[in-house]
Amino acid sequence: MREALSANGGPRVGVYICHCGKNIAGLVDVQRLTEYAATLPGVAVARDYKYMCSDPGQVLIQKDIAEHKLDRIVVAACSPLLHERTFRSATEAGGLNPFYFQMVSIREHASWVHTDKEEATRKAQDLVRAAVHRVIYHESLERRRVPINPAVLVVGGGIAGIHAALTIANGGKRVYLVEREPTIGGHMAKFDKTFPTLDCAACILTPKMTAVRAHPNITLWTYSEVSQVDGYVGNYKVKVKRRPRYINEELCLGCLECIPACIYKEAKVPDEFNLGLSKRRPIYIPFPQAVPQVVVIDPETCIEFKSGKCKKTCVEACGERNAIDFRQTERIEEIEVGAIVLATGFKTFDAGRVPYYGYGVYPNVYSALEIERLVNASGPTGGEVVLRDGRKPERVAIIHCVGSRDENYNVYCSRVCCMYSIKLAHLIKERTEAEVYNFYIDVRTPGKGFEEFYTKTLAEGVHFVRGKVGQVSDWATTPEEQGKLVIQVEDTLAGMIRRIPVDMVVLSPGLDPQPDAQEVRRMFNISCSNEGWFLERHPKLAPVNTFTDGIFLAGACQGPKDIPDSVAQAGAAAAEAFALIDAGYFELEPTTAYLLAEECSGCKTCIPLCPYNAIAFDAATAKAQINEALCKGCGVCVAACPSGSIQQHLFDDRQIYAEILGVLAGATTAS
Amino acid sequence: MEEQRVGKANGQEPTIVAFFCTWCTYTAADLAGTSRMKYAPNVRIIRVMCSGRVDPQFVVEAFAQGADGVLIGGCHPGDCHYVEGNYKTLRRIALLKRVLREMGIEDERLRLEWISASEGDKVARVINDMVEAVRRLGRLDLPGKRKGWDAELLHHDGPTEALAAAAASDGR
Repeated sequence: MREALSANGGPRVGVYICHCGKNIAGLVDVQRLTEYAATLPGVAVARDYKYMCSDPGQVLIQKDIAEHKLDRIVVAACSPLLHERTFRSATEAGGLNPFYFQMVSIREHASWVHTDKEEATRKAQDLVRAAVHRVIYHESLERRRVPINPAVLVVGGGIAGIHAALTIANGGKRVYLVEREPTIGGHMAKFDKTFPTLDCAACILTPKMTAVRAHPNITLWTYSEVSQVDGYVGNYKVKVKRRPRYINEELCLGCLECIPACIYKEAKVPDEFNLGLSKRRPIYIPFPQAVPQVVVIDPETCIEFKSGKCKKTCVEACGERNAIDFRQTERIEEIEVGAIVLATGFKTFDAGRVPYYGYGVYPNVYSALEIERLVNASGPTGGEVVLRDGRKPERVAIIHCVGSRDENYNVYCSRVCCMYSIKLAHLIKERTEAEVYNFYIDVRTPGKGFEEFYTKTLAEGVHFVRGKVGQVSDWATTPEEQGKLVIQVEDTLAGMIRRIPVDMVVLSPGLDPQPDAQEVRRMFNISCSNEGWFLERHPKLAPVNTFTDGIFLAGACQGPKDIPDSVAQAGAAAAEAFALIDAGYFELEPTTAYLLAEECSGCKTCIPLCPYNAIAFDAATAKAQINEALCKGCGVCVAACPSGSIQQHLFDDRQIYAEILGVLAGATTAS
Repeated sequence: MEEQRVGKANGQEPTIVAFFCTWCTYTAADLAGTSRMKYAPNVRIIRVMCSGRVDPQFVVEAFAQGADGVLIGGCHPGDCHYVEGNYKTLRRIALLKRVLREMGIEDERLRLEWISASEGDKVARVINDMVEAVRRLGRLDLPGKRKGWDAELLHHDGPTEALAAAAASDGR
């Protein structure tokens, strides 16, 4: 730590330059920067320190405030989005108002993006100078408190949504769980076993599903979607569209007698839950353990809806229970919540997009999720792994990384495909005793017990061939390949091209964001990463928060995750939401607009510009009136006011002009 | 002392002031940093809550204080954290450009870009591109030009020596 003391009078600014280890000091000459800062007008003390965000770094500020009678603080370190809060708190702990503080990013905006030491240092000087110019105009501000509605909305009823909802509800808060499918359970409900413990998925999931249904604090709305979100942290107003399932949920007992009674004696409609591997009737239950245990009528295929001339044998079977109601219509429910947890999950990559793997062309090329249904005891074959013609496969190929780690599709690794491929290899071998080949680029098994599971599967005799499969075809070149699917692959360990004839091909697709993720993102006013996953506030330190206060992320909607990670993240999101609503109030940043009434001419320019209707015209005074409770602090009105009579706390004209002047002080004389 | 600036190429490097909204473009600039993307060091970023806070006078002031270019970054249309602040920006900047043109400030010196929080690469691309474009135009030197205009106003009855001198020093 070096320090430099200035002899300047007037306001007393303390400037703190962070090395961030070598992150900043590696490119920015922090010593020169500190010495330079000390010469700036108003600066009483300038210091540099290895890690300003650390405890000693923060104490440094507090001690200086007392010893050097500082009244303004500038920290040049990382992004204010990361540590502004930290240093405001340190400023406050030193006895100053926390808003007598300005942060400068010389890491994200200088040392990390430049290569020239001289240029980076000069840029840092300009930025520090701007902050010192600006901070002198800072004012003492109070944070506003808004009350928080203690209810939480959880969107998505997969394992993440279920876990988040139960955690919050167990804490005694009201939870609304909204799921668009007719049942909760999500992808996990479709799995047979989970890796690496080979737990039966249904045995660990369905009790939690039942607990959701039975919980007095949870309102469960399936077959429903959020259609509108208004309001702000603590006070969200949400509209939920509830699709008609043509069954009165209160009256249906889940006896399922209506299903075999349906006029369709043969089930003809591809079953969504079994990925079309079996058929269902127009009146159906997604799977035997579905929650709620309530049937649903699909109006697309139900004869009553198509012609109105059905004998309604289902109504007959329901009898006095009288649960079937063909006149049901869409309903909108309006709820008010304080926090929202998004757990909208993922979609598996469409394997048909990789044309050379033959999915959708050759009947015996399957997606991994289809195999999950085949090995499942309650699946379409009762747990038998068989080909489309009913034969047991003797040789099976599993192709990893379908649509993942591929510049043509998704560049990212989907994290779960290696492990579920190994799991399926084990399960297929167990059920069929077939020769199983896994074709991989890399095997990635970093989780707890994952590598052991991989080793065990190797010991069972599953073959692993390193190489990206070039093609799956039915073009036989030898008698042995006749009638088979042929895998063509470069075995990169053996250093040769191989052709391997198999009966069944299993493609292990990666994970895609939900197709409507962009619409959902807009509705909740959050951001997406380039790949389309919902963006967390900070990848390390705020992994479940979003940039919108009060909206949290759980599970795979934030990025590919396995079940334990989804559950852990759901717990974290629940805890964050709980901490928010349990506090009872939330402190808003004071960056609102305010009126200098004497200056206002009553021109009304500002009024239609405000997106929140926070500005009104006061007829008595013939001036504008700003409702600070409604103002969110964008500053659109401030920029538009012709007389400068609207200002914004922390972004007022004097502060911004000082900043402009500050960054350009060097440029002026250069010309 | 703070007025010293001995830049590359004898101070001929352009300086660009950028106003970035905190939710999208400023976050994207952070992402460019954490991703260690490299871009030209000529831009000085000023953070505002919304691009809609950018008063056209800020832009004029920046040029007046020696900026050679002004870059404004906001959220993509439809994605504004404040519903539609970026649309207000769009309109204002379109109007401002007409004014600036009258003042002899070329179009490329003022740029408005929609850059979302995930587009760190776009921050780097836009900055490099704009620095190149402004470099081609050369320094703006509005303070120098202003001296000429002031002289013009003082001697509005006809061209004078002062004006002729200012025009000569303009170099273009």
